[in-house]
Amino acid sequence: MSSGLSWNLADDVRQMLVFHFMLNALRAGTIVAVVAGAVGYFMVLRRQAFAGHTLAVIGFPGAAGATWLGLSPVFGYFGICIAGALVIAALPSGGRANAGLGGYGEESAVIGTVQAFALACGFLFVSLYKGFLSGLNNLLFGTIIGVSDDQVLVLLIAGVGCLAMLMVLARPLLFSSVDGAVARARGVPVRVVAAGFLVLLGLAAAGTSQVTGSLLVFALLVAPAATAARLTARPALGLTLSVFIALVVTWAGETIAFFSPYPIGFWVSSLAFAAFLLATGFRAVSDRHGQRRSRASARPMGNRVAAGAV
Amino acid sequence: MTRSEAVRHAATTTLPSDGASAAQSRPQAAATGVPLAVVSLEGASVAVGGRTVWSGVSLQVQAGQFVAVLGPNGVGKSTMLKAVLGLVPLSGGRVTVLGERPGRRNAAIGYLPQRRAFDPGTRIRGVDIVRLGLDGDRWGTPLPGWLRGSKGRAARARVAEVIDLVGATGYARRPIGQCSGGEQQRLLIAQALVRRPQLLVLDEPLDSLDVTNQASVSALIQEVCRSQGVAVLLVAHDVNPLMPYLDQVIYLAHGGAVMGSPEQVITADTLTMLYGTPIDVLRDRAGRLVVVGQPDAPTDHRLPR
Repeated sequence: MSSGLSWNLADDVRQMLVFHFMLNALRAGTIVAVVAGAVGYFMVLRRQAFAGHTLAVIGFPGAAGATWLGLSPVFGYFGICIAGALVIAALPSGGRANAGLGGYGEESAVIGTVQAFALACGFLFVSLYKGFLSGLNNLLFGTIIGVSDDQVLVLLIAGVGCLAMLMVLARPLLFSSVDGAVARARGVPVRVVAAGFLVLLGLAAAGTSQVTGSLLVFALLVAPAATAARLTARPALGLTLSVFIALVVTWAGETIAFFSPYPIGFWVSSLAFAAFLLATGFRAVSDRHGQRRSRASARPMGNRVAAGAV
Repeated sequence: MTRSEAVRHAATTTLPSDGASAAQSRPQAAATGVPLAVVSLEGASVAVGGRTVWSGVSLQVQAGQFVAVLGPNGVGKSTMLKAVLGLVPLSGGRVTVLGERPGRRNAAIGYLPQRRAFDPGTRIRGVDIVRLGLDGDRWGTPLPGWLRGSKGRAARARVAEVIDLVGATGYARRPIGQCSGGEQQRLLIAQALVRRPQLLVLDEPLDSLDVTNQASVSALIQEVCRSQGVAVLLVAHDVNPLMPYLDQVIYLAHGGAVMGSPEQVITADTLTMLYGTPIDVLRDRAGRLVVVGQPDAPTDHRLPR
């Protein structure tokens, strides 16, 4: 951006908020960060990052196709991501978290194939729509100036709906994520919960794509959640931390992008990556410390068991 | 007697039950008007994928009994537990659990499925796992404890109490992925117990444990069974670590079942009758039982989980 940095925080923020596009970028970023942080926490817990990645990637052909047809890309993102979520949920074990020891075996191959095809279709739509080429980078890597008032409104509605649904699902979702068989025996409709969560994941991916671009969705969907999981094993605290990290990363990334010539996607992703590295370092140090402490307290050796049969 | 007659005969055999434990529970039942048996199978059959796993099985588990389900691999032991939980439909006969159809009273059943250990990277604490056993099936997001007043305090106290009961207080606040197999198993038993169930259904809880932990977890289960008055139905493939603690065993083989005290059932005569081929039961110097000569179940008996 052309504006200079005065190093006076209040002045700089005021200078930034003079621009309406910047206000919209911050609004959209805030909504998206809260949703991605919350949904991402469960995605990391369920080990469904691959499904999340797929939903993010298919947002690209959705948006490109919508533009080619003369529609707003917003509808392309949401439409195709929700449809994709339902398709994954309908796969034989696609909706299940930790699906047995093999995880996604066959499904991951199917999803991966479809993902490549979806990217190719997106590129086709871009070339069919002449003169759209400047938009390609924005679709893939995000833009700071592209968010309209209407888009903020759609994001807000989708975000509020997504969070409301997540609040209804939260406890059975946590239960079926960590302990599916027991949850099922307790009467939790595990498949319905899993399908509902995939739709939430689709909504979060579609919303996040509009700020970070399709390829950098994970900066907000995985990195804050993975960082939070390294810092705490408490579910409520982890969820809160994940949202908090996503918010800080988004605000800081957008602010730096405003004052620097480099794109927003780069800054948001780099900050998220830095947070993740710091948390990983913290985890390694505290684990080593904990091991030394527990060795010192000399626990009965009988408790050391080779775990993993069947 | 032909072989199939022998099997049919075996399938409906329930050896006379241990007088002491039956007498123990009878006055209770008379006083409360609750049917005597916690679990009752009458000529029950189960088919999975069109193949009959076992059939014509009749047996009863009484309140407060510790019962092991034994038998070779693939004979339908886990399937029996799932039938009791209503997760697998019957192809014939009747199963009554706590006086109702299977599945109706699952809130009063603590279930521990057959599993591998939690992944070392599972970043959730043991105490959270136990708490999910208490109210994890309810929709919504739990409020923080300090906002829920006495109800929240009661829930937290119950979780702490049951963790203490299984002796897991020392490691319940660690991520469960970092607990050993024995520690995880204790926490999962606490999870199954947290709602004060009348019946515990445990699928191979000793499976991934070493010998020391097999003995201590067996003792813990018996202790829980006695002190909480809860009936236990437990699948095991080795009876020896359980021998000192069991009331009854159900031996599944060859599509049928025999129930009785361990001394009655795990004998050459009973098992020969059940399998329809000669079986020997040997006892080593330490008193451990070894069943010799049982034909392996065909490999296609292995059920999908």
